[in-house]
Amino acid sequence: MDTKPRCIELEEVSIRFSGDSGDGMQLTGTLFSNTAALFGNDLSTFPDYPSEIRAPQGTVGGVSGFQVHVGHSQINTPGDYTDVLVAMNPAALKANAKWIKTGGTIILDKDNFDEKGFSKAGYTDDPLKTEKFDKFNVIDVPITSLTKEAVKDMGLDNKSAIRTKNMFALGMVFYLFNRTLDYTFDFFEIKFKKRPLIIEANKKVLQAGYNYAETIEALTPVIKVKAADIEKGKYRNLNGNVATAWGLLAASEKVGKEIFVGSYPITPATGILEELSLRKDLGVKSFQAEDEIAGICSAIGASFTGSLAVTTTSGPGLSLKCEAIGLAVMTELPLVIVNVQRGGPSTGLPTKTEQADLLQVLYGRNGECPVPVLAASTPSDCFYYAYEAAKIAMEHMTPVILLTDGFLGNGSEPWKIPGMADMPEINPPLIPEGTENFQPYVRDMETLVRGWAIPGTKGLEHRVGGLEKDAITGSVSHDPLNHQKMVETREEKINRIVKDVPDLEVDGDVSGELLIIGWGSTYGHLLTALRELESEGKKISLAHFRYISPLPKNTREALSKFKKIVVCELNLGQFAKYLRMNFQEFEFKQYNKIQGLPFTVIELKEYFIKILEEE
Amino acid sequence: MTQEKLTSKDFKSDQEIKWCPGCGDHAILTAIQRALPELGIKKENFVFISGIGCSSRLPYYMDTFGFHGIHGRGSAISSGVKIANTRLSVWQMTGDGDALAIGGNHFIHAIRRNIDINIVLFNNEIYGLTKGQYSPTSQKGAVTHTSPYGTVEAPFHPGELAIGAQGKFFARTVDNNIKLATEIFIEAGKHEGTSVIEILQNCVIYNDKTYGYLTGKEYKDDRQIILRHGEPMIFGKERDKGLILDGLKLKVVKIGEDGITEDDILVHKANENNPGIHTMLANMRYPNYPVAVGVIRNVQAPSYEASLETQIEKVKTQSKIKKMDDLFNSGTVWEVK
Repeated sequence: MDTKPRCIELEEVSIRFSGDSGDGMQLTGTLFSNTAALFGNDLSTFPDYPSEIRAPQGTVGGVSGFQVHVGHSQINTPGDYTDVLVAMNPAALKANAKWIKTGGTIILDKDNFDEKGFSKAGYTDDPLKTEKFDKFNVIDVPITSLTKEAVKDMGLDNKSAIRTKNMFALGMVFYLFNRTLDYTFDFFEIKFKKRPLIIEANKKVLQAGYNYAETIEALTPVIKVKAADIEKGKYRNLNGNVATAWGLLAASEKVGKEIFVGSYPITPATGILEELSLRKDLGVKSFQAEDEIAGICSAIGASFTGSLAVTTTSGPGLSLKCEAIGLAVMTELPLVIVNVQRGGPSTGLPTKTEQADLLQVLYGRNGECPVPVLAASTPSDCFYYAYEAAKIAMEHMTPVILLTDGFLGNGSEPWKIPGMADMPEINPPLIPEGTENFQPYVRDMETLVRGWAIPGTKGLEHRVGGLEKDAITGSVSHDPLNHQKMVETREEKINRIVKDVPDLEVDGDVSGELLIIGWGSTYGHLLTALRELESEGKKISLAHFRYISPLPKNTREALSKFKKIVVCELNLGQFAKYLRMNFQEFEFKQYNKIQGLPFTVIELKEYFIKILEEE
Repeated sequence: MTQEKLTSKDFKSDQEIKWCPGCGDHAILTAIQRALPELGIKKENFVFISGIGCSSRLPYYMDTFGFHGIHGRGSAISSGVKIANTRLSVWQMTGDGDALAIGGNHFIHAIRRNIDINIVLFNNEIYGLTKGQYSPTSQKGAVTHTSPYGTVEAPFHPGELAIGAQGKFFARTVDNNIKLATEIFIEAGKHEGTSVIEILQNCVIYNDKTYGYLTGKEYKDDRQIILRHGEPMIFGKERDKGLILDGLKLKVVKIGEDGITEDDILVHKANENNPGIHTMLANMRYPNYPVAVGVIRNVQAPSYEASLETQIEKVKTQSKIKKMDDLFNSGTVWEVK
């Protein structure tokens, strides 16, 4: 591919593909990301799709978007504002207009910019005439008709022909960014293996889009983003849900125990169940249960039976599982519960991201019912924390809750491939056959962990259950002092996990004016804001929590070194409340947003600068 | 290597049995402990699972692996146990409230999937542990603590429900017939797939003599019909009554009257795939019919977990991915140098 003479080099660029939910925007975005990754860019993506899959075509409610942020240095977020917007109809323009950078480029399908399209989108007239779009570089192209023209001699029906129009748009974007079409061609060959006509049509349309953009070169210079300076090694793209599934699979292989997943489909967690179901080749027993409760209860049964047991869900499903989590706490059986958070309460915003289940996972159960809680902070981090959750669950004989969210679950980034040999060992306290005088609730004195005695092992017959049990034999006990002892023991057992929790790391100076605190998926945005403010000479640091309960043992020490502390989260301040309860001597400021959207780096920076300036 | 045969004593745990004196559950426990040694399964491979209720206390009294779960979820826990380790013999103890009210969803789906668990449903038509409220099987009009003026809702019939959920094995017995119950448990244990065993069980405290019309010595022969595969459907103290098909309905006839001979009486085929006749038999109710006990339906079909294991083996053979390192490096991978 020839290099254009008027090529601009950018550090990083953000592109948003946007159209009707049936326009194939998720695929278009994914293909662009993969091509960028192969070229060596670092990237971060954010699919933003509607929950109403069948929302009327052309309306703002039915707009599906996919944002990808590529760059030649480390990219931590999908980008707040976009440099290039592809809008397949007026509704897509309306939904995204406020997210385009001044001077940014808008590619739109002129064929859909008619009276009908305007009124469906809620515009009274052509927005390009009535609203101020002159600060953007608007490229209006009759994408639909050019697509039909490109394939007119191929004998495709009208519907199939129109369906390829997303590839025309993609071809244009590839031209803008000087990217090869080869990867996408290969993709067609695999995806439509048995339908050569569709392969040809897609190739032709992709090339036509590319050529069209080249032909009208007067419009915009080619933008080039250099390859990223990232660590050497083998990489692949991975989204958070697949990463979570793989982390669990890796733990299963390491410990040599079959994985059992009992789950019920729920947005945005379903991807984990789907990936695990695909992995029958690695022996996964996946069980799509009749409901959320059956999902977790079947997993508890499998855990009793000696499997690495997993249940995956999102907020509403977690609410249904609460009683059963208590059962796993009482029976002291290992279980990984993944909560891919979404906007709540109730059905809330199923496809949007939020961090508002934190207090529920910490406290939402009857009785004194402690459960360790971990939170992954990037899509590839989901792999490591899923592994860690499984390790803690099995080594400490307890359910563990892993929090991710829709933003992590569906977002992807390049992932440096580890080797299984590098993953830490997992050593569950299995009770061997032939153990004499076996008692199910005898504990390791140091960790307070009881043994895992698996059905089928001769001589270990015993009963567990949800009733309070005697501290040694595990038989039902209503003795008052025994109950107090057991409640305290279960609490202390979880507290002692802190020995395995790495110290909290502070990014930036370990003391100073302002400490930003975050947890979960806000990491990329917080880190980017930190880096930008550091480069402006501000005294600011970041502590991002992956271990929510128990908290790292140096937390108090780390927090005490800063004049001001601000806790940033996508809720009304749940982690801030939790920290206040644990560390009453500090003043915690809060920065909260609850719109179903990630933070923007811009808003964070503005806020941090403001509080740095406050006396 | 021959293993010494287990006895019923081997299955008795050291726990004090806390059911009320005279409760039908004692007899059910005895029958189970007598049946298990006949299955030729190692003691450590039995798992007893339950939900909540009087019946759900049974696992504590068995010296096997046991799991006393939460209300209604026994079928879900059992499903996980059986799928995770297909060598185990899994027994779920449940009641009419546990299985058919709070656990109704899990009950029908376990049956539909045909997971190899033996569901023993203690049906006393009342909530005993919570002290006397009506259950999904209480007769319409039943006066209980929560229906002081009588219920206004129709009951579930467990047999009809189980067969309707594509159940392949359904049996019924009464608590005071330990011999029959033992026989049925042995058959259920051997059956591959979900077995549902309904036990008409007397609650001496809150619903005493509910089944007195059926189990009393003086009535039982005339009001129960014991069904056995391959045998004619004959009952009565004098063994002079039988069942025939009259059009689309079952009909009770007297042998020797109206020209009816033994040859006219229906022969029980528990392995008939068509559920029609089994549903009719399960739905027979006094006083129009005798109540059917014995194995009413016993049809072979692949179990969920066997099909799953077959699928896993097949995918394993065909896939290039044998371990995690293969998976990590599958698909599009690039090297940064």
